[in-house]
Amino acid sequence: MFGARGTGDTSGYGGLVRSAASTGSSERPYGSYFDEVADDLERAYPLFSEAIERVVVDRGELTLHVKREKLVEVAMILRDSLKFEMGMGVSGIHYPKDSGRELHAVYPLLSITNNRRVRLEVSVPDADAHIPSVVEVWAGNNWHERETFDMFGIIFDGHPGLTRILMPDDWQGHPQRKDYALGGIPVEYKGATTPPPNERRSYK
Amino acid sequence: MSVFDPYAPSRDTTEGTVYSVTGGDWDALVQEIGSTKEERVVVNMGPQHPSTHGVLRLVLELEGETVTEARCGIGYLHTGIEKNMEYRSWTQGTTFVTRMDYLGPLFNETAYCLAVEKLLGITEDVPERANVIRVMMMELNRISSHMVALGTGALELGAISPMFFAFRERETVLDIFEMISGLRMNMAYVRPGGVQQDLPAGAIPKIRDAVKLMRKNFKDNTTLLVGNSIWMKRTQGIGYLDLAGCTTLGITGPVLRSTGLPWDLRKVQPYSGYENYNFDVITADSCDVYGRFLIRMGELEQSLRIVEQALDKLEKLEGAPVMVADKKIAWPAQLALGGDGLGNSLDHIREIMGTSMESLIHHFKLVTEGFRVPAGQVYAAIESPRGELGAHVVSDGGTHPYRMHFREPSFNNLQATSAMSEGGMIADIIGAVASIDPVMGGVDR
Repeated sequence: MFGARGTGDTSGYGGLVRSAASTGSSERPYGSYFDEVADDLERAYPLFSEAIERVVVDRGELTLHVKREKLVEVAMILRDSLKFEMGMGVSGIHYPKDSGRELHAVYPLLSITNNRRVRLEVSVPDADAHIPSVVEVWAGNNWHERETFDMFGIIFDGHPGLTRILMPDDWQGHPQRKDYALGGIPVEYKGATTPPPNERRSYK
Repeated sequence: MSVFDPYAPSRDTTEGTVYSVTGGDWDALVQEIGSTKEERVVVNMGPQHPSTHGVLRLVLELEGETVTEARCGIGYLHTGIEKNMEYRSWTQGTTFVTRMDYLGPLFNETAYCLAVEKLLGITEDVPERANVIRVMMMELNRISSHMVALGTGALELGAISPMFFAFRERETVLDIFEMISGLRMNMAYVRPGGVQQDLPAGAIPKIRDAVKLMRKNFKDNTTLLVGNSIWMKRTQGIGYLDLAGCTTLGITGPVLRSTGLPWDLRKVQPYSGYENYNFDVITADSCDVYGRFLIRMGELEQSLRIVEQALDKLEKLEGAPVMVADKKIAWPAQLALGGDGLGNSLDHIREIMGTSMESLIHHFKLVTEGFRVPAGQVYAAIESPRGELGAHVVSDGGTHPYRMHFREPSFNNLQATSAMSEGGMIADIIGAVASIDPVMGGVDR
């Protein structure tokens, strides 16, 4: 917009140095109720060490990084044994520089019984962006998975009807990926085309 | 096959003849349909239908007047707010989020700011006065939002007077918002670290008067609707969704509380100091539209109670700061009243332009580049009038969000439309959708 070229960073500070989020795992004790959640899950799910890649406790929140093959199993255990009755949706994140794990899906969970929250995170390579659907575990994740597919192109295998939900059905590309520039889409109405904002005028 | 009808062209499919009605003369169509035994009709309701609560499209499959299948089409109000926020500073983010759920702007802002504050690690440093102002504004906003839910809900079911009363009350609240923030909607008043500016002089007595007035005026709608036999016939047993249905679909808010579960984040996971207020969580056990209506009516009074307690607290906190003390995060200047109205503080301009080069640099850096937020991700949830509004914020350590996602209660709860309305009458789907109270700006973002 406004004649900016390159990264699409319109703040005027295109050369910012950005540090990536830490990739380490947290050490026990995790604090709060997190140790109990981890213990309960380990007890209820013998394949814990195989399925959970990392356990991260950051800013008072617990994140379990799950291998995608084990996601549905872990989700079922969390729902039935640990009483995380509510799946609060899915949120995608695109890290184009994290090669082999470009696309992440984050699942916030809520337990009404125990008044607790945890988060599951699954990462997949861009070239093979498939994650098993958890709609059979939490039916309410249906639209959330459709939205994440729409915005990031993550394919949720086993979803009952994975179609675009917010963008038009014939839309090209997945808008919230980092390689999808902001703006730059011509607007069409009854055959006439209005050029995208960044091509209409220039403030050079 | 009949003659070609430009308003109702038909085509033969494997399921029989399918007519697409686009308006105009229905006579020919009715005549033709009358000759077949099939009564299945697919009707497109919306996105421009006045009863669908905004640009919601309902695809209904009907057998006579019974809905056999209901599906929602959304996305007509998608504005790309989440994507846009990745290109703006953290402070500018409030200006975007306030426009999502346009009936609850202060909830959007607060959820976003709580998430940013959690990322910054300054949750405890937000001044008490700012927290009390946030709570007061949110509760006033809850009243105005519930008023629209009740008023338009009644209007959609054919009762017009409740809407006049409801919008009169909403006007009272919007006037307070205008007095405090300068804007009636989309005010971007809550900012990371506090609120944009302190209450203007004389605000507290005015809000007290408004609370008194609203408490008196709420009775109008109560006498009009509570116990009204027509209203009860239209709403009781309609839009049924029990607790199991709510948990499996992730439903929160009044719909969940209408199953009898007192789940309110203000009580169970308090934020912004809600633990310091006395109020009740209103529930119903009928799981239907009437129960949700009673819950919203009850929450109006609870919100007034909280506002009164907040006003008491504000009187004691007169003159306390409303923004974090950390100058690396707090906006450098407060607005001030000048000869030509509210604008930049002249004292601040004098300081940065006349006396302190460092202040000028600081102001310039903070306003143009913004502050940095340590890398990581958080999820902050609050109880909006429609349920759990969650902000999932990811930072990579930069001056703008790396990824913003809102878990919008309207978006999630709208999924219940099918469960609530399939098997019922087409007229009841309106009541069911109105009881979910979806705001399409929030659904589509």
